[in-house]
Amino acid sequence: MKNNPLRFIYAVPYAVWMLLFVLAPIAVIVYYSFFDLSGNLTLGNYRNFFTSVYFKLTMSSFWYAFLITFFSLLISYPTAYFLTKTKHKQLWLLLIIIPSWINLLLKTYAFIGLMGLYGPINAFLETIGIGSQQILFTDFSFVFVSVYIFIPFMILPIFNSLDKINPALLDASKDLGANAWVTFKRVIWPMTIDGVKSGVQVVFIPALSLFMITRLIAGNKVITLGTAIEQQFLVTQNWGMGSTIAVFLIIFMFLIMVLTSGKEKGGNANGKVK
Amino acid sequence: MKGLVSGAAAILLVSFALLFTNYQLEHKAGGAGKDTITVYNWGEYIDPDLLKQFEEREGIKVIYETFDSNEGMMGKIEQGGTSYDLSVPSEYAVQMMEDRELLIPLDFSKIPNIKNIDPYFMNLPFDTDNTYSIPYFWGTLGIAYNPSLLEGQTFESWESLWDASLRQKLILVDSAREVIGVALNSYGYSLNSTSLQQLKEATDKLETMGPNVKAVIGDEVTQLMINNEASVALTWSGQAADMISENEDIDYIVPEEGSNLWFDNIVIPKTAKNIEGAYKFINFMLEPEVAAQNAEYVGYSTPNKEALAFMDEETVTDERFYPNEEARENLEVYENLGLETLGVYNELFLKFKMGLR
Repeated sequence: MKNNPLRFIYAVPYAVWMLLFVLAPIAVIVYYSFFDLSGNLTLGNYRNFFTSVYFKLTMSSFWYAFLITFFSLLISYPTAYFLTKTKHKQLWLLLIIIPSWINLLLKTYAFIGLMGLYGPINAFLETIGIGSQQILFTDFSFVFVSVYIFIPFMILPIFNSLDKINPALLDASKDLGANAWVTFKRVIWPMTIDGVKSGVQVVFIPALSLFMITRLIAGNKVITLGTAIEQQFLVTQNWGMGSTIAVFLIIFMFLIMVLTSGKEKGGNANGKVK
Repeated sequence: MKGLVSGAAAILLVSFALLFTNYQLEHKAGGAGKDTITVYNWGEYIDPDLLKQFEEREGIKVIYETFDSNEGMMGKIEQGGTSYDLSVPSEYAVQMMEDRELLIPLDFSKIPNIKNIDPYFMNLPFDTDNTYSIPYFWGTLGIAYNPSLLEGQTFESWESLWDASLRQKLILVDSAREVIGVALNSYGYSLNSTSLQQLKEATDKLETMGPNVKAVIGDEVTQLMINNEASVALTWSGQAADMISENEDIDYIVPEEGSNLWFDNIVIPKTAKNIEGAYKFINFMLEPEVAAQNAEYVGYSTPNKEALAFMDEETVTDERFYPNEEARENLEVYENLGLETLGVYNELFLKFKMGLR
C-alpha cells in the first residue's frame, strides 16, 4: 500500500471538500473585508474594528462565552461522571442528548414562556415566598439558556473519556494509598482532560457567535460578535465590516483551537499518567 | 467493502430522488408561466381568502411567498433566482430598489382602480408621480401602553419615555432609525437627519433612557404586550392594532412632537415574468370591497379612500389608526439616507444597546 498512487484518490473528496467549503469561503470573507461601502480597497474596516465599540463588543462576547463555558463545564463534568456510574448509562445519555435534536429556536421560544412574568418559574418563586422576578431579558436568563443549550455538547466528550477509564487504574490508585481527591486529581482528571478540551471547544466557539438568543432571551442587552455580523450583513448592508468582524472571529477560533489542542506535548506532568 | 458500496449507492439514490422532487417543486413555484403570478409579501399581510377570489375570477394561480425584512427581500430579488411578479417594499426600500434598477415603471392605464387611492397618499417624496409604486398600507410609529399595569403615566410626549417611573418597563424595537428617531423627535429634529451633531445629541440623550429599557426586540413584543408581560412599547400602529384586538386594556398613541409615517407599497420588480397578471392583481387589490376586506383582516390602515365606506365605522374613525390630516402634519416619512449614513445610525444604535443593563 505504501507507495500506491491510488492512495491519493481517497484523499480527493476530502481535499475538494476542504477547498470548496472551508478555504474558499474564508478567502471570500477575507477578500470582502478589504472593501468599503462604495467598493474601494481599504484597510478602514480593520481600523474601525479597533475603535472602542467593537473592542468592547469583543471583550463582552468573550466574557459571556467564558461564563457559558464555565457553567457548562461545572454542570457537565459531575453529570458525566455520575452517568458512567449508572446502570443504564446509554439510556441516560440518550435522554440528555435528545433535547439537542429539537430546533434551537423552538427551545428558545419555550424559554420565553417559561421565564415570563406569569410563567411557571415565577409561579414557583411566588409559592415559595420569594415573589416573582424579572427573569427574562437579564444576563442570568441569557447565560442560563445558553448553558442549557450547550450542555449536551459538553457532556458527550467528557462522558466518552470517563467511560474509557479502566476501573483497575482507580483500584490501583486506592491500593497505593491515594484518597478520593488525589485519585481524581492525579488519575481521573488527567485522563479526561482531552474530553474536557474538546467540550470547551464545542461550547466556547459557538458561544462567541450566538445571535438569536441574544435578542429573544437577553432582549439585545447582550451583544455578541454574531449579532454584530448579522447586523452588518442584513441591516447596514456593510459586507466589508461584517466580513472584517468575521475574520477576527475566525482568528479567535483558530487561537482557541490551538490553545485547547496540543494533546501530548502539553507539558502537563500529570498528563504522563497515560 | 460490499456493504460500503451498496450503502453509498443507496445514499446517492435517495439524494437524487430528493433533488428531483425538489426541482419539480421549485419549478412549479418559480417557473411562473402565463397563468400564474408570484407574489412576494410580508408575513400575515394579506387576507388569504382574497387570493382565492382572485384565482377564481381571473383564472390566474397565485403563488404566495413571504419575507420578514426589506433587506432580505431586496437581496433575493437582486439575485433573481425566483421570478417574483409583485413585491411590497417599504418607502425607503422603494427608493433603494429604484436606485439599483430593480423595478419596472407602472402603466396606470392597466390599473384603472388607482383612482380609489386617497390623493393624499399619492406623489409622495420617495416616489414622486408614483412611477414605480402604489401605496398598499400605511401607519405610524408610536407608543403602545397598558394603563392597567401603569400608575397613570400618559404618553402625549416622547419625553415621558424618560420618566423615572418606567424603570425596566420599556420595550424598544430592534431598529436603529426608529429608536434614534425617538430622540430626534424629542428634540424636534428631522427623522431624516444626517447631521452628525444632531445624531450625537440624540444618542447622548438616548443613553440616559437606558435604565428604563427592559428589552430591545422584534415582533415578539406583540405577544409580550398581549400577555401583560410588558406595559410600554415603542411599536408600529398595525402591531399595536394586533395587540389591542387581543387585549383591550392596551392603548396606542402617537406623541405630539411628531413621529414616523410609513408606507408599504406594491411594486413590480424586474424579475417579473407575468406582468399582465401582476397588473390584474394590483387592480383587483385596489377594488374598494377587496381593499376593505383586506384592511379588516390585516389591521393596518388602508390608503384606499373608497374602501373606507365598506369598513367598520368604528375602525375608520379611530384617530389612533386613521389620524386626520392635521395630525398627520407632524409625521415624517423616511427617506433613503444612503448606506453610509445608515451605517452611522446602526453603529450609534449598537453602542446604545451595548450600554444597556
